[in-house]
Amino acid sequence: MNQTRNDSAPSIVLRDVHKWYGEFHVLKNINLEVMKGQKVVVCGPSGSGKSTMIRCINRLEEHQRGHIVVDGIELTNDVKNIEAIRREVGMVFQHFNLFPHLTVLENLTLAPIWVRGIPKKEAEETAMFYLERVKIPEQAHKYPGQLSGGQQQRVAIARALCMKPKIMLFDEPTSALDPEMVKEVLDVMVQLAREGMTMMCVTHEMGFAKSVADFVVFMDRGEIVEMAPPSEFFTNPKSDRTKLFLSQILSH
Amino acid sequence: MATESLSLAPPVAERPGPIGWTRRNLFATPFDVALTILIALFLLWIVPPLVRWGVVDASFTAPNRDLCPADGACWGIVRDRFHQYLFGLYPVDQYWRIFAGGLLLILGCVPLAVRRFPHKVLYGVAFMVIYPYVASWLFEGGGPIQPVIDTPLWGGLFLTLIISIVGIVASFPIGIALALGRRSTMPVIRALCVAFIELVRGVPLVTVLFMASVMLPLFLPPGWSIDKLMRALVGVSLFSGAYMAEVIRGGLQALPKGQYEAASALGLTYWQSMRLVILPQALRLVIPGIVNSFISLFKDTSLVFIMGLYDLLGISRLIVTSKEWLGHDIESYIFAAFGFWIFCFAMSRYSQRLERRLHTGHRH
Repeated sequence: MNQTRNDSAPSIVLRDVHKWYGEFHVLKNINLEVMKGQKVVVCGPSGSGKSTMIRCINRLEEHQRGHIVVDGIELTNDVKNIEAIRREVGMVFQHFNLFPHLTVLENLTLAPIWVRGIPKKEAEETAMFYLERVKIPEQAHKYPGQLSGGQQQRVAIARALCMKPKIMLFDEPTSALDPEMVKEVLDVMVQLAREGMTMMCVTHEMGFAKSVADFVVFMDRGEIVEMAPPSEFFTNPKSDRTKLFLSQILSH
Repeated sequence: MATESLSLAPPVAERPGPIGWTRRNLFATPFDVALTILIALFLLWIVPPLVRWGVVDASFTAPNRDLCPADGACWGIVRDRFHQYLFGLYPVDQYWRIFAGGLLLILGCVPLAVRRFPHKVLYGVAFMVIYPYVASWLFEGGGPIQPVIDTPLWGGLFLTLIISIVGIVASFPIGIALALGRRSTMPVIRALCVAFIELVRGVPLVTVLFMASVMLPLFLPPGWSIDKLMRALVGVSLFSGAYMAEVIRGGLQALPKGQYEAASALGLTYWQSMRLVILPQALRLVIPGIVNSFISLFKDTSLVFIMGLYDLLGISRLIVTSKEWLGHDIESYIFAAFGFWIFCFAMSRYSQRLERRLHTGHRH
């Protein structure tokens, strides 16, 4: 009984969120609710505020007005809250941001050991488990600089998973990759989605959106313009801005 | 000379061996030819007289200035006063204390060189805290170790090493703290760090030392006094700490923002991400700058003469005022310069090795 109630509780809530960079209004009145286990794809033209929005969810950016509640905890200036949320929210970046001075295995065990206080041996076992899942266990003792972009991004996903997060945020995870490496990263993400992870993903990979997203959020000029399940979003977009964007991105 | 002008020169027939090398590197273009001849003439003009003065006409054994050759160097000064170059005016029969202190330092550092020594960091910190007490007790005396030897008698290379090692070891944490403070989001801390760094960097070290030796006592309650050497050590440490801070800040700024973000996103606290992610990378980036600071610090130690302390340079000046060696300044200073050079060169080589070792797994 308790379990079902938990399942329907929202994982991420953004209510009336605003953000300014100086005079520039980057986020305007953002309202969004993501349920546990849901997958959300966020798209929109560059500069539309989509990265800024998901970076607000783990406080890499600060919002100035409105409320953000993640996993039942409200994001405030309280460092304790911020740290609690960051422990439960994994993030994958466009440029991987692996730690170049540590081996792949050390990259994966760093946070579990220091943040969760897990013994080193156990953390390494978990790390190897996730490296198997992203299909590069043989790279464990190499340094990030020795791997290809696609491999680095898979390591970055594994690094986030090692913290056993409840929510995963992806900030354009395939944008910095060579075309032939995009698929290996998307495969890992699709698999993760199938396993029921709550995911929020900024991406232009519309194929990915079609196959896994529960709904697609389209942003332009700091606003959420349209929000719909992929079947509806791609076949029957309501706003002109969405139509224009889709025609640009799907034309080739 | 000027190998880069090769691309402009007409192709020179590749010839192996010294003739080919000479042609390629010394006579590739008319400009190279002129430069080579000019430099050769300069060397011909300067080197033979130097060799004649320093080697051919020189005496290596003269026990004092009366037996020195008229036109040559008199290296006997080094032989006669070697112990003073090393230890200053420290009593000769007490040299064993310095040797003991040095031996302790070397033995204490051995575990730090062992790759997988357990609790290395803890040990290192403990050693750094305990050793200065043991060493200063050995050197100065007290209790069972008699007689007491006051710090103004410490001198020569011994004093140079004390000041520079303390300066180097102390300036490192001071520099890290100031660099982090300067980038802090807390306005008070940032303002304090900026003020300190800019103030200290804005005045010459001589001024800092002068103030420490002349003005500090004026502010202390009567009857209080701080040891002269201690004042020098504090002055040198704070001074080089301010410089170190700016070097380290350079490294912190050079790191991509993504590294800070990834560390935060994983839930690491500020101090954890600094210690585990940011500083290890930032410090690696600025090894050349850090060693550069250490090398200038090592040479700047000679400024303690203003406080009446005789480091390696100070003692070589003192020696040539003695009646046995009056007037042999050049030999004495050349020897002091050689002493400084050995240590600075060693530091520079060590830093190159360190850079190579730390960058092995770091290819981008």
